[in-house]
Amino acid sequence: MHPILKLVSQRVALGLLLLVSSSAMIFGLTEALPGDAAQAVLGQSATPEALENLRREMGLDRPALVRYVEWLGGIVQGDLGTSITNRLDIATSISSRLSNTLFLAFWAAVVSVPLAILLGLLAVRYQNRWPDKAISGVTLATISIPEFLIGYVLVYFIAVQMGWFSPLALINDTMSLGEKLHSIALPVAVLTMVVLAHMMRMTRAAILNVMQSAYIETAELKGLSSFDVIRKHAFPNAIAPIVTVVMLNLAYLVVGVVVVEVVFVYPGMGQFLVDAVVKRDVPVVLACGVIFAAIYISLNLVADIVSILANPRLRHPK
Amino acid sequence: MNDQLNYFSARVTAGKMSRREFMGRAAALGVSAAVASTMFGQAVQAAEPRKGGTLKMGLVGGESTNSLDPAVAASQVPYHNLNQFGETIVNVNEFGEIDFRLAESAEASADAKTWSFKIRSGVEFHNGKPLTAMDVMRTLERHSNEDAKSGALGIMRGITGMKVDGDNVILELDTGNADLPFLLADYHLMIQPDGGFDAPAAGIGTGPYMLVSDEPGVRTMWKRNLNYWDSSRGHVEEVEILTINDSTARMSALQSGQVHLVNRVDPKIAELLNRAPGLSVKNASGPGHYVFIMHCDTAPFDNNDLRLALKYAINREEMVEKILRGYGTVGNDFPINAAYPLFDNTIEQRKYDPAKAAEHYKKSGHDGSPIILRVSDVAFPGAVDAAQLFQQSANAAGIPLELKREPGDGYWSEVWNVQPFCASYWGGRPVQDQMYSTAYLSSADWNDTRFKDADFDALLLQARAELDQTKRKALYTQMAMKLRDEGGLICPMFNDYVEGVSDQVEGWVSDPTGELMGGIASHRVWLAS
Repeated sequence: MHPILKLVSQRVALGLLLLVSSSAMIFGLTEALPGDAAQAVLGQSATPEALENLRREMGLDRPALVRYVEWLGGIVQGDLGTSITNRLDIATSISSRLSNTLFLAFWAAVVSVPLAILLGLLAVRYQNRWPDKAISGVTLATISIPEFLIGYVLVYFIAVQMGWFSPLALINDTMSLGEKLHSIALPVAVLTMVVLAHMMRMTRAAILNVMQSAYIETAELKGLSSFDVIRKHAFPNAIAPIVTVVMLNLAYLVVGVVVVEVVFVYPGMGQFLVDAVVKRDVPVVLACGVIFAAIYISLNLVADIVSILANPRLRHPK
Repeated sequence: MNDQLNYFSARVTAGKMSRREFMGRAAALGVSAAVASTMFGQAVQAAEPRKGGTLKMGLVGGESTNSLDPAVAASQVPYHNLNQFGETIVNVNEFGEIDFRLAESAEASADAKTWSFKIRSGVEFHNGKPLTAMDVMRTLERHSNEDAKSGALGIMRGITGMKVDGDNVILELDTGNADLPFLLADYHLMIQPDGGFDAPAAGIGTGPYMLVSDEPGVRTMWKRNLNYWDSSRGHVEEVEILTINDSTARMSALQSGQVHLVNRVDPKIAELLNRAPGLSVKNASGPGHYVFIMHCDTAPFDNNDLRLALKYAINREEMVEKILRGYGTVGNDFPINAAYPLFDNTIEQRKYDPAKAAEHYKKSGHDGSPIILRVSDVAFPGAVDAAQLFQQSANAAGIPLELKREPGDGYWSEVWNVQPFCASYWGGRPVQDQMYSTAYLSSADWNDTRFKDADFDALLLQARAELDQTKRKALYTQMAMKLRDEGGLICPMFNDYVEGVSDQVEGWVSDPTGELMGGIASHRVWLAS
């Protein structure tokens, strides 16, 4: 077998194993929380008989292990199960939420990734001069402020005072693409500010590392402009760490946006997961958890594979 | 005097003066309450409702797990959604009186055991079917069924027999109950075609708005029901209900004009919000209250002197001022206030009295070990701060009150109704009988103070069947006194409904029966052009 194919299949197998163990962990942790779905649904109005009826109906009277194995069997066949609180098919209710989250993440990535790389290149070009310091200063400041605060500040000035955008990022199927983009402008801005610094700093560091090499000196001696040196010679050789950090941030854009979704009342996965946790709706929590874990693991997998392919030393291991 | 009254009427018409304020001003001018009440009603209706527009409501209390099944509704967004498409046979209006809706009239037998409701004719469901007495009976049947897990099951338990007689629905009760119409106004009891047996969550009723789309926990759209039977209600073309659980986001949505109405304005920011242009903060004093509850059957709370010591050791005025910022009224250790019919306002108000608290504490012979009060932020907004105020005032009286903070997650299953002393809240009920039967009857499921008193139970049953209002009021006074002096309830405050209303909204009236005009704001308000 080709060594790359072997390496990739090893990584994929490892990813699957990780996925199963993370689902077991999520299941165990939700089981360990005080109270169960029956209590959460009935809330303050729970009586012992009502609790028992509801538990039997939800299937909560059976042992946890049996429920977990059954659920795992369903997942393998592509069945996410049904919610135990509103008895709707989980796959159907998640799909619109997931596509909303991916929509937001996609546009945040479209804005932030090229911007971060461009700023990184500029920072290298003007290393230790004022543009470099300004870029670093601003991006570090935005990553250091909690995202909900940035969100509220933007809402207050841009939405409430100026009225340019709406404070709620509500989207639905009847809106055109333009309306949707207008609606999500503020959360995209917040997410961009949050992920910019990490990617920008990593790009800068990776390229600076390469800039020490002898072939860069050659390129400079050839008389190329300094930006061309960076773009044509340094950047391609620095791609592996940059891809890794971009992938990590993409994963963050999908799974780490709960707070931003709450601030802007965006109907995405984060809000959905929070509701399910509050209601102890274990099948929904598991489904969300597994989807998040799958996204995280696969993006990391992509980063791994890209850096293997980009690096001849990893491509031909001894 | 007339000029002044006309001026006040004009203010009412413009939605700038509440009923309470108007009645007060009118009384000051020497107008009798009855006349003033009529004038207020005329003034509210004087402004001609404008038809059309989309009324947008931003509400806390919705989850992606919500359903449109009236039986299982518990939080605010489902409550408001039900009120768009559904109607009950009667409704309690803002003056605490019965408004006949799907029933035209009601008659009770002399012992209040048999009730007959005449169902309105010519009403149509959204699916085109005409409303019949059968639909009403089937709805009540569904909610009586244990399997439906209806929030109204407790109400239905007292009904032993139902039958249809022409246009009438006849209900037989196990004991006489003079309050039955008030109980049937419960929002779970929305009349559905064939009782909603085949499709409980279809969102089909007789109400002024019909379902367009429903995304639980996000947004529900409603459009005007062109065949609605009552032309005086349902003025807007569309109603949009948005779930906005985050308080800051909800307030910004109101300020930026994205929504017209928001519920649950935090009293801490109400004053600030009121200063923002284009909106006003409205409040209505409802029956909801914040409480500290002691189990009367668990040591050390089984000692009435200790309970009295704690009751005298709480500073109610301070709590209303600091926790509710004035958006509420002081409680008196029984769960009833002026929002209830037959409330006795002559019962002496209990006040903070460290000397009396110390005296009762000494008499109780408590060994001086710490008295643990369990509290969490989910008990009620500001619960932890309120408990700290309680701790300070109790410590000043020499009572060793200590706080234990509990996690909000699981508070209602692990702490409330389990631990002997904790913080909690009650939303209140439309009538005294229901409040007492829900939580203070010896056999009640939610007797969260473990107050078991045979005399109290007997008084409750006696008052329930008493059709003479004067005698009934006297019985309720006796019960209130008993609970106030012997019960396990410390009730420092009744919280107002505090809501934000855009200046675009006209026809607003203050209604203490529920949030946002008792849930039917969209039926009665209209949008300015």
